[in-house]
Amino acid sequence: MKTEIPAHVVNPVEPKTASLRGRHLLGIAELSPEEIGLILDTSDAMKEVGSRAIKKVPTLRGRTVVNLFFEPSTRTRTSFEIAEKRLSADTLSVAAAGSSVAKGETLADTARNLEAMSPDIIVLRHSASGACHLLAHICRSRIVNAGDGMHEHPTQALLDAFTIRERKGHIAGLKIAIVGDLLHSRVLRSNLILLQKLGAEVWVSAPATLMPPGIDRFGVRATTRIDEAVEGADVVMMLRIQQERMTGHFFPSTREYFTLFGMTEERLRRAAADVIIMHPGPMNRGVEIASEVADGPYSVILDQVANGVAVRMAVLYLLAGGMADEAAH
Amino acid sequence: MDEAQVGRALTRIAHEIVERNRDASELALVGVRTRGVPLARRIGRAVSEIAGETVPAGALDITLYRDDLMRQPVGPQPVVRSTDIPFSIDDRRILLVDDVLYTGRTVRAALDALIDFGRPRAIQLVVLVDRGHRELPIKADYVGKNVPTSLRQSVQVRLMEIDGRDEVSIEEHAP
Repeated sequence: MKTEIPAHVVNPVEPKTASLRGRHLLGIAELSPEEIGLILDTSDAMKEVGSRAIKKVPTLRGRTVVNLFFEPSTRTRTSFEIAEKRLSADTLSVAAAGSSVAKGETLADTARNLEAMSPDIIVLRHSASGACHLLAHICRSRIVNAGDGMHEHPTQALLDAFTIRERKGHIAGLKIAIVGDLLHSRVLRSNLILLQKLGAEVWVSAPATLMPPGIDRFGVRATTRIDEAVEGADVVMMLRIQQERMTGHFFPSTREYFTLFGMTEERLRRAAADVIIMHPGPMNRGVEIASEVADGPYSVILDQVANGVAVRMAVLYLLAGGMADEAAH
Repeated sequence: MDEAQVGRALTRIAHEIVERNRDASELALVGVRTRGVPLARRIGRAVSEIAGETVPAGALDITLYRDDLMRQPVGPQPVVRSTDIPFSIDDRRILLVDDVLYTGRTVRAALDALIDFGRPRAIQLVVLVDRGHRELPIKADYVGKNVPTSLRQSVQVRLMEIDGRDEVSIEEHAP
């Protein structure tokens, strides 16, 4: 029962409500640029909550969030747990080791059993690409993808975008170089989709053995010469060499990799004067990044971690809309 | 209310505030988003002029404290906007400012939010319009105008900073 906003209003009233179209956050691919903007704007407000003396708001009181982690993770799991607690949700974390998964239960059965205890949101990390989509089909709970195989890691890409926007004010038109193990990275995939949607000029660089075939379909510039990617870059994002996912030999030695693709201060001089250095963690110092770069003045690596909590709070808040309906069923 | 009436009401409120709070250095204003924020700034300027003491003003978004969150059967979430209180509220006398006092639920949420920021010595409530129909035991300390309304009416406050003009009007809508 809203009255019409008169045409002569200088600053038409901003929308009072907004939502994501989907019930789940499975990947960046399903989000529109407007939805990404909504998540980033909401994250701004959530970040302020983390700066208060009492870092907690009553928003998700009485809601239950299960963090289901089938792969080891420190940063992401801790970040989700803190985000959930700051929103006053009841949380519990299940790790694969020490759970019934170790006794041979399938993902679907684990999920159905958890669902029988009616959680509202399940945060899932799994080594199989598409595990979150499977869960979204069989569960009534909202699913948040916390990394599935080599597919997507949407909240990481969102916190990267939030950090870039916080530092640079915008994302469109920036030259962003992503360097490292492109082949095994779900962070890369989510970031490529997101940064393209927001209008950045993205370059990727890696040895030919770690360059995913068909990467140019994403509309990015790919090069095996790191200096070309870094030249004039506003943002340099380093990706971890994921030795645990490597099934063959992709480069002769980590020392050679560092010589050719490691980010050093010298290499960084080619970038824009106000370049920022990002890394989703965990870092291999002396492999993809030199310590003086990781700890240097251009590094925003710890900002990324801090912003992760705000972005995850925003995602949980936005997905929680309309839950009363489901609780009644 | 037209522009002049809104201006007079705010000036009168500023005088009442100074009269009731002898030490203006203890005062701070917090406006409830959206239209409480420009009102808080205006009252702050007026109080500063009268008392000769700068009174800070902040902005509070109460969305995360609403009691109707997730009660809607389906649909979108209220948009969360930023809270910006650039001073400590501990031991201060806080003037909480909103445009319309109606059910009192917004004020309840704002009180909860404020208390998460610290322990003020006192909180006083300032509203431009009190339209009645309270659902919670809440009362304003300073009122620009009492406007008797029916539940079928809505009170529209428009402010220069947001809407390009100052005006308070009562609008009817179908039941």
